[in-house]
Amino acid sequence: MTRALGWLWRGSLLGLIAFAIFGPLANLLLWAFAIQWYYPHKLPLAYGFRYWGEVFKPTSDAFASLSTSVLIATITVVVCLLLAIPAGYALGRRRLPGRAFILLILLLPQAFPSVAIYFNIARLFYMVGLNGTIAGVVLVHAAHGLVIAVWIAAAAFAAVDVELEFAARNLGASALRTALTITLPLAAPGLMAAAIFVFLESLDEFTGTYFVGVPDVTTLPLIMFTASLAGNYQIAAVTALILLVPSIAFMLLIERFLNTEMLAKVG
Amino acid sequence: MVLGLFVYPLLYSLLSAFTTRDGAFGFDNFAKTFELYGTDILFTIVIVAASTVLTGILAALIGGYLVLGTHPAAVAVLKWLYRWPLFIPFIVAAQCMRTFLAKNGMLNNALDTLGLVDVANLSGLLDWRGIIVTFVWKETPFVALLVSGAMSALDRASIEAARNLGAGSLRILIEILLPQIAGVMTVALVLAFVTMLSVLSVPIMISGGAPTMITVDMAFRVNSYSDYGVANAPGSISYLIAGLAAWIYVRHNVAGETTG
Repeated sequence: MTRALGWLWRGSLLGLIAFAIFGPLANLLLWAFAIQWYYPHKLPLAYGFRYWGEVFKPTSDAFASLSTSVLIATITVVVCLLLAIPAGYALGRRRLPGRAFILLILLLPQAFPSVAIYFNIARLFYMVGLNGTIAGVVLVHAAHGLVIAVWIAAAAFAAVDVELEFAARNLGASALRTALTITLPLAAPGLMAAAIFVFLESLDEFTGTYFVGVPDVTTLPLIMFTASLAGNYQIAAVTALILLVPSIAFMLLIERFLNTEMLAKVG
Repeated sequence: MVLGLFVYPLLYSLLSAFTTRDGAFGFDNFAKTFELYGTDILFTIVIVAASTVLTGILAALIGGYLVLGTHPAAVAVLKWLYRWPLFIPFIVAAQCMRTFLAKNGMLNNALDTLGLVDVANLSGLLDWRGIIVTFVWKETPFVALLVSGAMSALDRASIEAARNLGAGSLRILIEILLPQIAGVMTVALVLAFVTMLSVLSVPIMISGGAPTMITVDMAFRVNSYSDYGVANAPGSISYLIAGLAAWIYVRHNVAGETTG
């Protein structure tokens, strides 16, 4: 009897948590497929893919912004990894003096309110002609993503067993060959995680693009924002879903890339 | 790159905040800021602080249950459940909540269907409460992930000892687990605090009216008036608040570097 009561308690508590977590997502999902929905109806009156068609129409603003977003995110990943791999190696492997200090400096932008930084960057970019360009937005996203990339890369390199590298060197492999055939492949899952993370951060970035991208660079989050404020909830919900799916997939997959041992080193 | 895209704008914004209209050094911008946005500054601090506290409590409870829970099935379900919002961007979370918490949103409709309330008499939660709900919803998984990770790395012997002596789970959580992971908890909450302080989309999308958060005021000042001086003053105040938080962070991090 007490056992059953206990499960009733646990069950309803977990149910409540599930509602708190999935409720907002379910509401978004409903809006994405609703064609007609007004007060006081609790559920949409008609469902369908009409607004999906509008978003994915090749001539639509939303579709153009999707390709812009993917383009920006891809360039951002390349820029970040090119810088983060050597930096992460140096920080994670070599006992650099002031390692903590360097990580701290990299963290500073993270631990600062970004809005004021962004509009001052926008003002600076405006003077040098970078405002409203893809390059400008990539720079802002990369500055933000680099922190995370270096951090994860440092943890990934720190987790690679040094003995394996010594073994390779003893067998006559050059330093470069050791790095390319031993260290990089072993750190690859972590670097992959860094790449995906930077990609997602860039895809989802709103505030920086809001200030630096206007008026010519419109990314998906900006389209979503505009649609939502205009009361165009279906378009907002469809674009939000496009942003939502990769984030959730990453959340479900992250354990494959980042084992707990590495997470401990990140923290 | 960090220097160019962070330090320069930071110095520039501080300079601009302390420069008066005729180019001299002065506090005009701050005077105007307090006059126009004084309430908003207070509002921002209260909202972010309340969200941080709530996030900390929920994360501690989740982490505690994951470590102390005696029912493997319930622990597994919770472990699967709590992470969902982890990487959901703020702007998407805001859009979800904008519909979920609205007068005719799913929350009110669900309560109405259960017969607990009548939607016709409700107003929805799209104001300061909505902002807090969104922040807590979004930040709790992150803090809980770090906290539960730290908790599961602790030595189980002391937990078992306390349990054998008859301590309840809540007591073990508060008296044994939390003191040992206070460092991780502080760092996680500081990061959450500063993140929430910098979000622009959530306050705009959840609560349009006044009072609002200073990020919205800054954006408005820049976009509508191009008044960088007055926009940079609340910016500097947010640096100050974040600086205090970052100082706590650094202190804990340095302590961790030397002892662990």
